[in-house]
Amino acid sequence: MRSAVVIVGAGQGAFQCAVSLREEGWDGVIRIIGDEPHLPYSRPMLSKEFLRGEAEAGELPLRPESYFQRHGIELLTARVTGIDRAARRVELETGEVLEYERLVLATGSTSRRLPIDGVELDGVLSLRGWDDAVELREQIEAAASIVVIGGGFIGTEVASTVPPGRAVTILERDPRILRRVLSEPVAGHAHACLAERDVDLRTDVGIVALRGEAGRVRAVRLEDGAELAADLVLLAAGAAPRTELAEASGLEVAAGIMVDATLTTADLRVSAIGDCARFPTPYATAAVRLESVQNAVDQGRHVAAQIVHASGAPYRAVPWFWTHQADEKIQIVGIAEDADAAIPVPGGSEHSFSILRVRGDRVTAVESVNAPRDHIRARKALAADSLSIEDFELAGPART
Amino acid sequence: MAGKDEEAMPSITYLHADGMSETIEVPEGTTVMRAAITNGVDGIVGECGGQAMCATCHVYVQDAPDLPPLSEDEDEMLEAASSPRRPDSRLGCQLHAGTDFESLVVRLPERQ
Repeated sequence: MRSAVVIVGAGQGAFQCAVSLREEGWDGVIRIIGDEPHLPYSRPMLSKEFLRGEAEAGELPLRPESYFQRHGIELLTARVTGIDRAARRVELETGEVLEYERLVLATGSTSRRLPIDGVELDGVLSLRGWDDAVELREQIEAAASIVVIGGGFIGTEVASTVPPGRAVTILERDPRILRRVLSEPVAGHAHACLAERDVDLRTDVGIVALRGEAGRVRAVRLEDGAELAADLVLLAAGAAPRTELAEASGLEVAAGIMVDATLTTADLRVSAIGDCARFPTPYATAAVRLESVQNAVDQGRHVAAQIVHASGAPYRAVPWFWTHQADEKIQIVGIAEDADAAIPVPGGSEHSFSILRVRGDRVTAVESVNAPRDHIRARKALAADSLSIEDFELAGPART
Repeated sequence: MAGKDEEAMPSITYLHADGMSETIEVPEGTTVMRAAITNGVDGIVGECGGQAMCATCHVYVQDAPDLPPLSEDEDEMLEAASSPRRPDSRLGCQLHAGTDFESLVVRLPERQ
């Protein structure tokens, strides 16, 4: 019987892992198991072009069905209910069992639930996948007052897709939006650009409940007693890794599925990649969990190579990320911590600039606003281990 | 003159690194990147979905002096391409059938 690699999850990490397995020469079975009734698709597009109406659902899949057939990659839409590592098989909701030679957990993350009353009302949505995006796009069209709970990347990106002039409010608990993911100067720039688009940004806000009428949301009740009218609420308060299956199977889980530098769990036949995995990295002082397409894709590639060639090489891809805030293109390389200083790179302008995140004399991350050249140079410098401020050659001609 | 010729759809020819080639007719407005993905042409990845953020749709354009010039973003992002950048390097996601060209031949790089 042919050996099988089973991949739990059908997102971008899972897709790349499958593609890379064939490219690396795996000629056994490859099975991707997803719980969404869709081909593997591009998630970043959902909160950007798709919501703006610039892309249709047909453009979301990463490849057409024929691609998977041609490469002998099986796609199953099913719910995995358990992993029996001793017997080396996964159990599906249907009762079917699938054996594996190797198992790759690419289960991704889910939108964090908010422990407040009213989240089950109609008109209260979250944005995690294709179906959510289709519904959100429809409801944004008709909504009179849109309230976004959470000023992180998803909340701000969605608010950015609403045409200026429509009533859109972002409620953020922290003193500033994007606090956990961007430096103060860059987050401040995003804030200003969003405000220019008529987004009402409120920080230091606590939410008590969502109030509804006839089953549909009508208002958001704030901690200070005020009520904000809302007929569409987007819950965008962060993502939580999907680790239940791993945990139930006895694997170590701590805010993510724990893996070593090769992305393997304590069970040598099982790896974890993408949003769900917590892994050690030379780019941070402790193990991290990264929510980005680059991370999912590069980790998918790495695990595929490990399965086929077993080199034991550690995963060292440079972490990078992009986001669209209002009309601004923001790109990030590296991993900064809250306390890292923010130093502007000389030669920037109000609309095109970069910020170095610095710890001691070490550059931990570079944030670029409408400055792809800086971003690419930063990616290469981090890859080459050129991490000190002196080594960092970013200053270019002044941009207009 | 009697009647108009039916207008041909724009076309893209992809030359693979191994010598194989395939020609596809595409609707107006489709990018070189999107056409490859939809039609199962290997060798173009398009990780960022066509946003000029990843350079994995890098192509070498054969003989097309009338293409619109590189935008600043495209120019800068090409520095991230995995395969060597050449004067004929372009990002496939920035080339639109019909608006930018009627027929185009692109050579695919060794890697994306």
